[in-house]
Amino acid sequence: MTELISRLEPDSRAASRGFSDLSIRNLFIIPTIAFLIIFNVFPLLYSLWTSFTDFRASTTAPANWIGLANYRELLSDPFIWRNFTITAKYVLISVTGQVVVGFGLAMLLNRKIPLKGLITTLLLLPMMLSMAVVGLFWKLLYDPSFGIINYFLGLGKFEWLADPDVALYAVALVDIWMWSPFVMLLSLAGLSAVPKHLYEAAEIDRAGPFYTFFRITLPLVAPILMIAIIFRTMEAFKTFDHAYILSSQPTTELIAIRLYKMAFLEWQTGLSSALAYIVLIMVVAITNIYVKYLNKAKAR
Amino acid sequence: MRRYISRLFAGAAALALCVPAASAQELTIFWAEWDPANYLQELVNEYEAETGVVVTVETTPWQDFQTKAFTEFNARGSAYDMIVGDSQWLGAASEGGHYVDLTEFFKKHDLGNVMAPATVKYYAEYPGNSGKFWAIPAEGDAVGWSYRKDWFEDPAEMKAFEAKYGYPLDVPKTWQQLIDIAEFFHRPDENRYGVAIYTDNSYDGLVMGVENALFSYGADLGNYETYEVEGILNSEQAVAALEAYRQLYEYTPPGWSKTFFVENNQAITEGLAAMSMNYFAFFPALVNPASNPHADATGFFANPAGPDGDQFAALGGQGISIVSYSNNIDESYKFLEWFIQDDVQKRWADLGGYTAHAATLESEEFRNATPYNEAFYQTMFKVKDFWAVPEYAELLTAANRRLYPYVVGGEGTAKEALDALAADWVETFKKYGRTE
Repeated sequence: MTELISRLEPDSRAASRGFSDLSIRNLFIIPTIAFLIIFNVFPLLYSLWTSFTDFRASTTAPANWIGLANYRELLSDPFIWRNFTITAKYVLISVTGQVVVGFGLAMLLNRKIPLKGLITTLLLLPMMLSMAVVGLFWKLLYDPSFGIINYFLGLGKFEWLADPDVALYAVALVDIWMWSPFVMLLSLAGLSAVPKHLYEAAEIDRAGPFYTFFRITLPLVAPILMIAIIFRTMEAFKTFDHAYILSSQPTTELIAIRLYKMAFLEWQTGLSSALAYIVLIMVVAITNIYVKYLNKAKAR
Repeated sequence: MRRYISRLFAGAAALALCVPAASAQELTIFWAEWDPANYLQELVNEYEAETGVVVTVETTPWQDFQTKAFTEFNARGSAYDMIVGDSQWLGAASEGGHYVDLTEFFKKHDLGNVMAPATVKYYAEYPGNSGKFWAIPAEGDAVGWSYRKDWFEDPAEMKAFEAKYGYPLDVPKTWQQLIDIAEFFHRPDENRYGVAIYTDNSYDGLVMGVENALFSYGADLGNYETYEVEGILNSEQAVAALEAYRQLYEYTPPGWSKTFFVENNQAITEGLAAMSMNYFAFFPALVNPASNPHADATGFFANPAGPDGDQFAALGGQGISIVSYSNNIDESYKFLEWFIQDDVQKRWADLGGYTAHAATLESEEFRNATPYNEAFYQTMFKVKDFWAVPEYAELLTAANRRLYPYVVGGEGTAKEALDALAADWVETFKKYGRTE
């Protein structure tokens, strides 16, 4: 391949300066690989090693190898399991909400409506905002004294973020608001790719809207919808910013918040590295399950 | 081209030679972003005028203060020459080798007597009673209370209060009176509430708030020398104190589940609450009519006594330490020698800083300088602090985890919460080899 390109462009400026295609390729690839090793691979391996030690970054004490003790401590800690349970609940509420709202919006926008472009752009706005800003913004909206949500719903001084039973739903609602447009965007791409003749055939066969949706629309959009679900599940599992800003209820302490506190407030570096790996393994496992279903959906 | 390159090298070499000389004339002090840091910048400008050494007070928001400071420490970074660090950092920062040992400096200048005793104990010494010092008390602070004088002095309110509780409405002298007054003024229908307290469980907000009740009820967090916790943290007095704090939460404005110093000042400036807990360092905003429309009607009082007459308050404030990775340690020592002088400490107080200098604190001039200085003066001689051990953050996490659901969520009982917390802390001290 290199020879072919050299033959095609014998007078290229690079060649005239003595740069071979191989050296140009290396010029781009070597810094990239070096960057990846320094900023991705090394921290990954270093944190893996740290997870088997009692290392605390806040002290000068050397890191001692303690084997699986950190993993044992975490997996036997009922508070960590509670954090995982809260996170699982949050992911379920949030992703389900985003799929329902996002796909619903896509169905609405997949028809001829006036100002469709403008409406689509406006609907995409939430996901363009910073998550920290969104957290502060919704904190004001939820405020029991002057928040607009209670005003419109006539809920008086209802405390969305102080009620331990409601706070997690309130936080998940913000995530749904912010990321439903992402699901909508991917769903729209999927819906527009459904061949029109299938609907025409269904119409000729007098198929009802229920049948059309479940036998034509959903199966054909399913692969792309599954991709949206994979992305959103991974992101929801890692949620930190707006949840941290919005509520400090024990019922809203997601695993990412616990991880942050353990690593940067308590400086339990070894223990928090182990927790980060447990989270990583869980996310990879869940993603693999999804990918398996994605492949099945594609095969159909 | 060659001449250009030669000049470039010559310039770079000259610059490299200049750098050490220039850096010795510059010092950086790291602190959190709040008014006292601005006052300190004003003060150090005077040091620059006297010595030619430029001192910059670099600040960061309170939320990032600990993370940023320790990230720099862990990297052994020399970005900061001195730091005005929180009192509970003393253990972690000294055992971690991040602070310069100031014991000799302390003895040489007799700071144990020059500074107020409580400030020396909590801002400078670690371990407790060890005679080793890591900081110079810089910004004294503690938790006090502000209140609506006009509400308290309203004849109709006074009459109604006395009729209901059997004693005159006045600044609360005890925690029971504090609770009574909070209950009396709690009128959600009038958008008027009894009291504003700390509830934020992200760091030390809620714990500091609870400490005010705990210490004054005669309880303690444990024995700071033996690390004994059981029977002290969960004593009968502690249970009663936590119940009192939970009762106060019932009289807070709506949405008071994650509140700290900002919200508690707002409770007064927005006319929401009759009384509000806060650090004295945040009170200047309450006497300023530009930031508080009720400035003329705002009064202040020290944390009231508990049922047995004990009267303590949770310590805030910070000491100033030299960072061991600084390239300007000698210059930092010179600055500290200047900072501890009597006239500089007086000037520090004049600018608005809360000096820990005993003579300045005790002077009539200081006590009458603001409407809250007298309460501050009274408080600084009866303060207690949280654990300063390196694992303090883990102790804080456990405290937040156990206290918050009871105080804010009303889950379980005070006894259950404190028993569980005592067990957690015992476990933590065992883990770090402090107890067997």
